[in-house]
Amino acid sequence: MARIVAGVGCSHIPSIGAAADKGMEQDPYYKPLFDGYGPARDWIKKVAPDVVILVYNDHASAFSVDLINTFVLGVGDTFKPHDEGYGPRQVPDVIGHGELADHILESLIMDEFDMALANEMTVDHGLTVPMTVMFDKPDAWPCKVIPLCVNVIKYPQPTGNRCYNLGKALRKAVESYPEDLKVAVFGTGGMGHQLQGERAGLINQEFDQHFLNNLKDNPEELTKLSHVEYMRDAGSEGIELIMWLMMRGAMQSPSEAYRFYHVPMSNTAAGLVCYEETA
Amino acid sequence: MDKDYDDIPGTYVFDTKRCKEGFHLNKFCKSLDQAENREQFRANPDTYLDQYPMTAEQRKMINDRDWLGMLQVGGNIYYTFKLAIFDGLTMQHVGGMMSDMTVDEFKAMMLGGGRKLEGNQSKKQNQGGS
Repeated sequence: MARIVAGVGCSHIPSIGAAADKGMEQDPYYKPLFDGYGPARDWIKKVAPDVVILVYNDHASAFSVDLINTFVLGVGDTFKPHDEGYGPRQVPDVIGHGELADHILESLIMDEFDMALANEMTVDHGLTVPMTVMFDKPDAWPCKVIPLCVNVIKYPQPTGNRCYNLGKALRKAVESYPEDLKVAVFGTGGMGHQLQGERAGLINQEFDQHFLNNLKDNPEELTKLSHVEYMRDAGSEGIELIMWLMMRGAMQSPSEAYRFYHVPMSNTAAGLVCYEETA
Repeated sequence: MDKDYDDIPGTYVFDTKRCKEGFHLNKFCKSLDQAENREQFRANPDTYLDQYPMTAEQRKMINDRDWLGMLQVGGNIYYTFKLAIFDGLTMQHVGGMMSDMTVDEFKAMMLGGGRKLEGNQSKKQNQGGS
């Protein structure tokens, strides 16, 4: 039987990927960040997931204003990095797990989470940066990846509670898959940031710390945060944190293996948590 | 109808209305994620922009590189940022220009922990209301 063995909450700030791609990890601006990622990279090597379900958002890359889906599951076998304006990142293609993804898709829909599916799509920094954060720069990614793309750009985004419950349904789906597989769920984005408008650059460390302090033991409290609370208090793009709640929903009894928080990275607060399943 | 998020200062929530209003502007920006489109736009910006039936105001915002103005006519930051990338700018340049700061001032603010929530939480509060 497949099982969920670990969860990761991880910012997906594009400049982290750019810094890694240019070999700037020792640059004084980036060094504290990459030093902070070291223990997480050691940890994930021990966890050694066979498959990562990577919850992220597309930033006007694979999807556009033509068609906006709330939840999209990538059921294809390969996902290539998107050209976000600089040419595609020179990172390995993401190899999917089509068979497990098909199973998850059907299980979620029968559980009344009406997912859209993508047989083919490119993936942007929302997905590839967390892979870099956790796995550094291998020639090929060490695990398969099932992309789960959430609309967090166009209001109204799904509620945090919806994401949390979808995480629970993901767990049920994984646990009903017969093959022995170790699965990790990454919830990405955040933490607090606002990219747009006269309020650009807003960071609320108090909000972020409250989120980090409650995610493991009081997730239900966090699921009550409204859209306006996220946008006002964490910054308009801070609402990405609903994707961390999906990861948390997929974990039953997590223990915290590692936590790291760093301000600033570009215009954003960078956060990272690593959870192990104890159930 | 007033929305609760309209009370957040300096924030243009990309809601259904703005998404419709900015459709062509955002489609133009999005098109710059293909190298051949970037080349065409660089070679002949006006002809390239003619493919996207924007309002005169939207087109002016694009031509003026008015990053804040683009948001006010339906642009979304993830889309407009593709034009900024085309121009060789970073999110910190754009953040500074949207908030009337130089890029160095903006970077210094971020190194100091970012823009504070205090005084930036509510238009009503800032006006001394309840």
